[in-house]
Amino acid sequence: MPAPIRLRELIRTIRTARTQAEEREMIQKECAAIRSSFREEDNTYRCRNVAKLLYMHMLGYPAHFGQLECLKLIASQKFTDKRIGYLGAMLLLDERQDVHLLMTNCIKNDLNHSTQYVQGLALCTLGCMGSSEMCRDLAGEVEKLLKTSNSYLRKKAALCAVHVIRKVPELMEMFLPATKNLLSEKNHGVLHTSVVLLTEMCERSPDMLAHFRKNEKLVPQLVRILKNLIMSGYSPEHDVSGISDPFLQVRILRLLRILGKSDDDSSEAMNDILAQVATNTETSKNVGNAILYETVLTIMDIKSESGLRVLAINILGRFLLNNDKNIRYVALTSLLKTVQTDHNAVQRHRSTIVDCLKDLDVSIKRRAMELSFALVNGNNIRGMMKELLYFLDSCDPEFKADCASGVFLAAEKYAPSKRWHIDTIMRVLTTAGSYVRDDSVPNLIQLITNSVEMHAYTVQRLYKALLDDISQQPLVQVASWCIGEYGDLLVSGQCEEEEPIQVTEDEVLDVLEGLLVSNLSTPVTRGYSLTAIMKLSTRFSSVNRIKKVVSIYGSSIDVELQQRAVEYNALFKKYDHMRPALLERMPIMEKSASNGPTEIVQTNGETEPSVVEPKHLPPVTQPVNQANDLLDLLGGNDVVPVIQNTMPTKPASAGGELLDLLGDLSLSAIPPMTAYNKNGLKIDFTFERANPNPNIAVITIHASNSTEADMTDFVFQAAVPKTFQLQLLSPSSNVVPALNQGTVTQVIRVLNPQKQQLRMRIKLTYTLKGSPVQDLAEVNNFPPQSWQ
Amino acid sequence: MMHFLLLFSRQGKLRLQKWFTPVTDREKKKVIRDMMMLVLARPPRSCNFLHYRDLKIVYRRYASLYFCTGLENQDNELLGLEVLHRYVELLDKYFGNVCELDIIFNFEKAYYILDEFLMGGEVLETSKVAVSVSMEEADTLQETMEEYMSKPAY
Repeated sequence: MPAPIRLRELIRTIRTARTQAEEREMIQKECAAIRSSFREEDNTYRCRNVAKLLYMHMLGYPAHFGQLECLKLIASQKFTDKRIGYLGAMLLLDERQDVHLLMTNCIKNDLNHSTQYVQGLALCTLGCMGSSEMCRDLAGEVEKLLKTSNSYLRKKAALCAVHVIRKVPELMEMFLPATKNLLSEKNHGVLHTSVVLLTEMCERSPDMLAHFRKNEKLVPQLVRILKNLIMSGYSPEHDVSGISDPFLQVRILRLLRILGKSDDDSSEAMNDILAQVATNTETSKNVGNAILYETVLTIMDIKSESGLRVLAINILGRFLLNNDKNIRYVALTSLLKTVQTDHNAVQRHRSTIVDCLKDLDVSIKRRAMELSFALVNGNNIRGMMKELLYFLDSCDPEFKADCASGVFLAAEKYAPSKRWHIDTIMRVLTTAGSYVRDDSVPNLIQLITNSVEMHAYTVQRLYKALLDDISQQPLVQVASWCIGEYGDLLVSGQCEEEEPIQVTEDEVLDVLEGLLVSNLSTPVTRGYSLTAIMKLSTRFSSVNRIKKVVSIYGSSIDVELQQRAVEYNALFKKYDHMRPALLERMPIMEKSASNGPTEIVQTNGETEPSVVEPKHLPPVTQPVNQANDLLDLLGGNDVVPVIQNTMPTKPASAGGELLDLLGDLSLSAIPPMTAYNKNGLKIDFTFERANPNPNIAVITIHASNSTEADMTDFVFQAAVPKTFQLQLLSPSSNVVPALNQGTVTQVIRVLNPQKQQLRMRIKLTYTLKGSPVQDLAEVNNFPPQSWQ
Repeated sequence: MMHFLLLFSRQGKLRLQKWFTPVTDREKKKVIRDMMMLVLARPPRSCNFLHYRDLKIVYRRYASLYFCTGLENQDNELLGLEVLHRYVELLDKYFGNVCELDIIFNFEKAYYILDEFLMGGEVLETSKVAVSVSMEEADTLQETMEEYMSKPAY
């Protein structure tokens, strides 16, 4: 058989292929030749064939049939074979392959080879992709090589040890003795890899960290090495643009960071060298800035004195003005990390940061936006908001949603006046109206409702905005809701804040009807506008027109609209006496959930309005002849009229106050369970999910008593494991009536952020027929849906 | 640590792939595809850093080749750029004015040089001279054809 073609020849041939198909044909032909050569156990050309196989593998073709051949090459005595064999092993034989473990013996032999380059190959392969089993088997060899005086082998052994520790952390201890004098080496390769090894050990084990701090006096050693690097003259071997071994400097700074974190003594010992590096490093090239960057990160993380911290932030400030984009990006990222702890210092650079909003680079703009929001406070809100709104206008669509949310949050926290707040919201809705999150609509509505003195102004501005543009749904929804509520103010021209506009009832109704028929309106929006029109029937005088509109939609194809229209029709016909009461002005709503990260409300067993025990309003789907029930419920102060239920019935995701009521009617379907049943006392648990925080499970206990006598002084207590938090609200009573004549209910709220299995220990005390009874029980049978 | 190092051309041809964590073949292909897509789409004077899953991607273009690496969150991106640059310098020293063709036709040498410079995702040797010396000496160990034929196999 003729000698197989050489590697370079094959590469040249394949590159001449003009189409994918031609290339595939060549490859297949060559693979067939290679396969038969492998079958013939040809020792001479195995190496060449595997090399060709590796090339074809890089092009994307399968090469698994070469795996065993790599093993044979590794076992060969020839260096050329070993080199290709180990390369093939690293490319084809990752730890998922069965044959991976077969390498162990070869590697073990090669680790003890007489030629250091063979040992190097073995260390490299083990250190790049050795499996946990291999690491366990060969850790001893690696540890031996870590103590050799041959620096070529020592540095490779160090990184190999790092890999072993990453794969099998328990083996860390065995490398400890060998690390004793690693740092007294002169060879930079060994120094660098030793620092990496020490870093890995300190990061993984607090005990190791403590050991290195106290016993080994690592910090002074590192400081000394770093000092030598900075002070020593030009060393051609390690020089990069005038800086001596930047790789080693950065790794040392990183290890110092770990050693100095939360430790006063260590931080004290490194203060000087950090100041020295920070002030003396040349900043004209990237390499100097890389070192400065690492220094800044270290200063911010350890317990440095305030002068040093200010120095660090100023360096970041200078970075922000650098021409190099990478440096600006890195500065913004670091400032974002430090803005919580060193807020005032970062504030000083606010104007530069805001300028970065106008940068052309997408990565920089995003960082600048995040940082700008973090810097907004009560003092700078007006100025910052101007810039941020300008940014919102001109930025790419990918930013708009986040920016809009950020603006709403910031406005909510720091708005200097209600008018400013509403103006800001208007601005966001009109410029980025289609990008705002769905839950902003109810939040905005609630905000508007609560700003009583601004109603006229708000409705006027919203009306004017509608005249301009009806394509942005959130804007349209908020506007229709407001017009429905405050249309009377609009028509009577009562606005104080600005020039009132002259608008007639018909014009308003034209606009709302326009929304109903427009193709731009989503079904949800149509729902809003139909309801708004209906509400105006008690505020406007042109009731007939409204009646006509409502009756038309009674036969709409959209089921939601049809349903609403039919019910409103019924309201006109049979229940007209109730219409004014039902459609009257909305009361001020309590705000219990905010838009951002939800807080757990810490109350002392007081029931919060409408969130924990919502007054269950009958869902709209029930026929309106339940109107009597509605009237009863309308007696309360903070009960929202049933019209609220005609709000978009989207599943209450992170909904605001309004949708919370519907949330409890949603299909939560967590089955109830019996938690305790003994001596006539039965305790059932029923579940609800508290919206908007799905980590809170709301459990209502129902205690019933089947004995002949009442259970008095009934007290229910509960305890949960440490990872949970529990809040127990007041019980409905402390007498459980006999013979199941009634139940005592009490609400428990459990916060379960880690979504662990819910367990509870309960303690019950009561008095039955004069004698006190006490019992403890464990509740373990919670249905999975209650905590998942 | 670095999770991977990729070299690819503007036309989307892979020239070198080094993986420092165990990854399935399918996953490798996905990452390579994603990297090419993200990096090749960047406008010429952008920042050299971007985000992908939980990694920081550092990339730089040298003539017709893109050098692209994935770093962990606590790694220093600016130093990552220096690492890429050092590798290019090493290739340049070895091949003498290296170009893409050198790496295509001598890909195994490119890997050997890489293995003298990096290991397990970390920098192994910070001296350019030391890496060159190791490569030279290891190359001399590679047998000539006669030596190869006359040596026993196992």
